[in-house]
Amino acid sequence: MIARWLHPCAWWLWSLSLAAGASQTTNPLLLALLICSAVIVVASRKPQAPWGKSFNFFLLLGAMIITIRVLFQLIFGAGMGTTILIELPGISLPDWMNGLRIGGSVTLEALLGAFYDGLRIATIAIVVGAANSLASPTRLLKAIPTAFYELGVSIVVALTFIPQLTADAERIRGMRRLRGKNTKGVRGFASLGLPVLAGALDRSIILAESMDSRGYGRHRAETTVGRRISIGLVLTSLSLAIIGTYALLTASVSAMTAFLILGTGVLLGGVTLWRAGLTRVRTVYRPDTWALPEYLVSAAGVCVLGIFLIAHSQVSQALVLTPELNNWPVLPLWGLIAFTVACTPALSSPRPPDLNSDVDAELRVEVRT
Amino acid sequence: MIHFDNVTFRYSNEAEPVLQNLNQEIPAGELALLLGATGSGKTTFLRAINGLVPHFTGGHLAGVVSVYGRSTQDHQPRELADLVGFVPQDPVSGFVTDLVEDELAYSMECLGVAPSVMRRRVEEILDLMGLTQLRTRPLHTLSGGQQQRVAIGSVLTAQPLVLVLDEPTSALDPGAAEDVLASLHRLVHDLGITVVLAEHRLERVMQYCDSILLLEDGEIRSGSPSELMQTSPIAPPVIHLGRLAGWDPLPISIRDARRAAPPLRALLADHSPVVHAVSTQTQQIASLRKLHFAYGNQSVLRGVDLDLDAGEITALMGRNGAGKSTLLRVLVGLKEPSKGSVRINGVDPRALPTGDVLRHVGFVPQEPHDLFEALSVGTECKASDVDARCAPGTTRALLALMAPEVADNTHPRDLSEGQQMLLALCIIVAAKPPLLLLDEPTRGLDYPTKKKLGEVLVGLAQSGHSILLATHDVELVAELATRVVIMGDGEIVANGPTPAVITDSPMFAPQVSKILAPERWITVEQIAHALEQELA
Repeated sequence: MIARWLHPCAWWLWSLSLAAGASQTTNPLLLALLICSAVIVVASRKPQAPWGKSFNFFLLLGAMIITIRVLFQLIFGAGMGTTILIELPGISLPDWMNGLRIGGSVTLEALLGAFYDGLRIATIAIVVGAANSLASPTRLLKAIPTAFYELGVSIVVALTFIPQLTADAERIRGMRRLRGKNTKGVRGFASLGLPVLAGALDRSIILAESMDSRGYGRHRAETTVGRRISIGLVLTSLSLAIIGTYALLTASVSAMTAFLILGTGVLLGGVTLWRAGLTRVRTVYRPDTWALPEYLVSAAGVCVLGIFLIAHSQVSQALVLTPELNNWPVLPLWGLIAFTVACTPALSSPRPPDLNSDVDAELRVEVRT
Repeated sequence: MIHFDNVTFRYSNEAEPVLQNLNQEIPAGELALLLGATGSGKTTFLRAINGLVPHFTGGHLAGVVSVYGRSTQDHQPRELADLVGFVPQDPVSGFVTDLVEDELAYSMECLGVAPSVMRRRVEEILDLMGLTQLRTRPLHTLSGGQQQRVAIGSVLTAQPLVLVLDEPTSALDPGAAEDVLASLHRLVHDLGITVVLAEHRLERVMQYCDSILLLEDGEIRSGSPSELMQTSPIAPPVIHLGRLAGWDPLPISIRDARRAAPPLRALLADHSPVVHAVSTQTQQIASLRKLHFAYGNQSVLRGVDLDLDAGEITALMGRNGAGKSTLLRVLVGLKEPSKGSVRINGVDPRALPTGDVLRHVGFVPQEPHDLFEALSVGTECKASDVDARCAPGTTRALLALMAPEVADNTHPRDLSEGQQMLLALCIIVAAKPPLLLLDEPTRGLDYPTKKKLGEVLVGLAQSGHSILLATHDVELVAELATRVVIMGDGEIVANGPTPAVITDSPMFAPQVSKILAPERWITVEQIAHALEQELA
């Protein structure tokens, strides 16, 4: 397969489906398999680009989520189960704060439960992180509707600023140290804030100027009638959506009618967005194509989600695990199938282009300094 | 065709206008060079062309600036994007996307150019700017010269009739600067684009330009280079030499000067250039032995041996990415060498406690404001006295000596680039480090400020400091340095007295030496001195 960028939406579809699947279960074996599949796919298809490096951060974030969740359980969590591991000095709280506890006896069951729960959240974070490192944020921007383009640009620009800020802070810290300043501790860290911020501000002004001088934000002049129609559309679609939601929640009219009102509102909203896109003159250079690999990758995600949903509807014992000592998690056959399917993008997607094929080593290094 | 019709511009927080009653026309297809001292309004003039002034900066603009009939009064910069291409001073901060190809297409996307046309134009510009090999590369992995070419290419794709550039070569090594200027030259010749550029390094651009606009005190003088250079206070060495030798017409390019030079050569035949007196007390300050440095498996420094003596100004040269900055950072202890030793007065800088480093080695970074921490120059100087453990008032006294015009209550970031550099130098020098390192100290400085900095550095060297400067500025090196070290690929490829090293090199030779080679004259001052002797 020729090296090319996979459509970012395909990666996100795959990843969000896996995340939705993960949210259906607390079985640590299933969750671990989902994490494994994310790791395998990222390892084989990660681009040598700045955004490609973010996956380790998400792995770390996952570990942190689990740790914090278990710690909270240790200190505050409600007691359940009977296998007491340790007895912490506890404070008895008044009756009205029933269910809450500080310290006291820590049971194995409660800790296990917290671990399972933490693992589930961590899995979602890691799976989303996988898409984040696989799909280029700027290419995703190309795929979003024109009406949201400006919003998208600000998000992407903000994202690219973060690595620059850390580089700035590191550089200024080094200079401070040479001046004989103490750069350790809270005070040292706080003193970096202002210069780093000033640098970021300078840079953003230059960027804004550059974007403006290159035509960013140009749009066709809208006629007065056109503008009035737009305003009318926005108001109507919003009102319909609100009335529809209200009707649906209060069940004051039949669900069918409520859905109809809501649906019309959403439809009109779509029309409004499409019209808003018309006033923009923007075109897209070499938009990403949606070909067989894209279908395969997104299908892999959807299939995994489907398997989890079916298991859920069958009230599969393997999905929800009661945290008990003698209740070992089981790995059902369908779990293994889901894992295999989730891993297929590692083979079915094209390799990302090698960005650094002809960069001489020295230059790459200079960039990092 | 650019028209300035009775233009006066004043920033909203200043009383004096930057530009006053300017009337100027820049004809189509011309390469116009904008000259002026720091603060003379060059950047304001450039940004007025595409309407960034006043739409982005605020302030009050009277009169009319129009480009091909489109006035900036009723057109925002974005509405001039198809007419005027603007390349900011720091191309990296102006990049919107992260890949070369996407950056080239960005302007066209904004202008709504049809996809098939976009595809074709990107290919054309890739060829025109010599970027074909780099098309899929992330922008941050490119060298400075390549980035500058992408920045130019990215505005060219919109097919503007006017190209405006603010100091396009200030951050580049001589070779990369040549590349960029050659591409500009081609644009003017092949496509008939009007180019307006501001540049401090006249020696690089003078030969390419058709006309010169000289900004002085808010007013403008314009004319052909040879005409205006007769009297211009800002001039490259070739002009100074031409004026000294009384050449008429005044040669602008090296080639013309060389053709006018034979009589001068004859005159100078029995003289030899006065070289900088290297101090007799050869006290070694720093020594590097078999220094290696690597990031992962990529080696940046490979077995560097270098000695730095008291009283010397050593220039460290070489293309971007040759390892100069890394060498400075290893010397000052910011980075740990993977092999080899660094000794400054016998001590390893990394073994020193944080507060003591400054007393052994001082480093003035490329961005001098990285050093600043206070909100005013006054408090900055006080903080510096504490850091340097010297008597209160030392830094302020130094600054008063170097830059008397700087007021105490100014915010350090509001100083001009030259003043920032001098303030940073004062903060470092207050601690009297025997070894002084400077990274690209003259980037963005005009001739007077550069001269000032030069005098300060020579004074410091004479008082026994050893100075090492990493720079691309060959004229500065010719004037100041006693020794030149050229690096390539992490190794030292040349190390010797300045005249010997730079007159041998096609890339690093100053203008005077290019004109009078193979004789080893490197500055106009040397020649003036010799001519005085001749007359006496």
